[in-house]
Amino acid sequence: MAQQLTAKTALDRYFLETRCKIIEIAANLDRIDRGDGAAAAVQDPRMVQIREAVQTLLGDGPGRAEKCQLVFSIPYDDGWSPPNSK
Amino acid sequence: MKYIDPHIHMVSRLTDDYERMAHAGCVALSEPAFWAGFDRGSALAFRDYFRQLTEYEPKRAAQYGIRHFCWLCINAKEAEDVELSREVIAMIPEFLDRPNVLGIGEIGLNKNTPNESTIFCEHLELAASRDELVLIHTPHLEDKFKGTRMILDMLKNESRLKPDRVCVDHAEEHTIKHILDAGYWCGMTLYPVTKCTPQRSTDLIETYGTDRLLVNSAGDWGPSDPMAVPQLILEMRLRGHGEQTISKVVHDNPFTFFSKCRRFKAES
Repeated sequence: MAQQLTAKTALDRYFLETRCKIIEIAANLDRIDRGDGAAAAVQDPRMVQIREAVQTLLGDGPGRAEKCQLVFSIPYDDGWSPPNSK
Repeated sequence: MKYIDPHIHMVSRLTDDYERMAHAGCVALSEPAFWAGFDRGSALAFRDYFRQLTEYEPKRAAQYGIRHFCWLCINAKEAEDVELSREVIAMIPEFLDRPNVLGIGEIGLNKNTPNESTIFCEHLELAASRDELVLIHTPHLEDKFKGTRMILDMLKNESRLKPDRVCVDHAEEHTIKHILDAGYWCGMTLYPVTKCTPQRSTDLIETYGTDRLLVNSAGDWGPSDPMAVPQLILEMRLRGHGEQTISKVVHDNPFTFFSKCRRFKAES
């Protein structure tokens, strides 16, 4: 099913929301940096994920949302053994 | 616009929510059995819960003109206790023929453990042997991708269950294609933080089409909004989608899926 919005209309409609969310992310990172133990927090695996996800945003689209989801996901191992079916 | 919320936990909601949903156009909902926020001590607690889902809630919903359906199981979180789970699964057939029961659900995985997988497969065995519909919970957050893939593997092994009689729920950008490509119905949950927003769900509808897609609020005792489906309706309207397209997603699709249950009647 085709998207109904033109790119210009989508930009007009979602610009402020996008701006707000980016500033929220920046403020969240600043808050972490200001706290005691900031140096250790930078090494936290969740911070590594956040940095990788932000890099993903800067890549070509579409598919950025899916790629970000995978950054925050435990990998699937197709060699796992399901329980025996009856 | 009339709509159906195919996944909402009304035992955790106020009667006021029924009223608000009715005002917004909700004509039916389905309530999967789920985790109460704490682990229950015995199978007897589940018996009471199943009575609540099949006796009490339909009456509360009917006061506002809303048809109430439900799904029965032991949820994925408590499924870690295999002994308790088997007691509950053995009890489910006593309730399966009650008129508002749509099938087995919401079964699935929580932390993707071997015990959860074992009980998931035993639920599938019950559903297949009774020719019941199945509603499946996929895990939260970082566990979702791996858990969804594991669930699809286990479903593939249960060849008696036809894909069009199974809905795999809580899909997001990284799991939706896997679910739809395997032929299952696919649910999207509108949560303020941890699942899909109305905007992202609309993006996925625009990307994958309207076939076999359901949208729900999964309203419960946690951060959630029983009015989430009307928010999706508004988002789709604002993007220029026609009423027929929107109605297919929020009413016709869940109606079609529910209709596959032999106990479901189009009119109450």
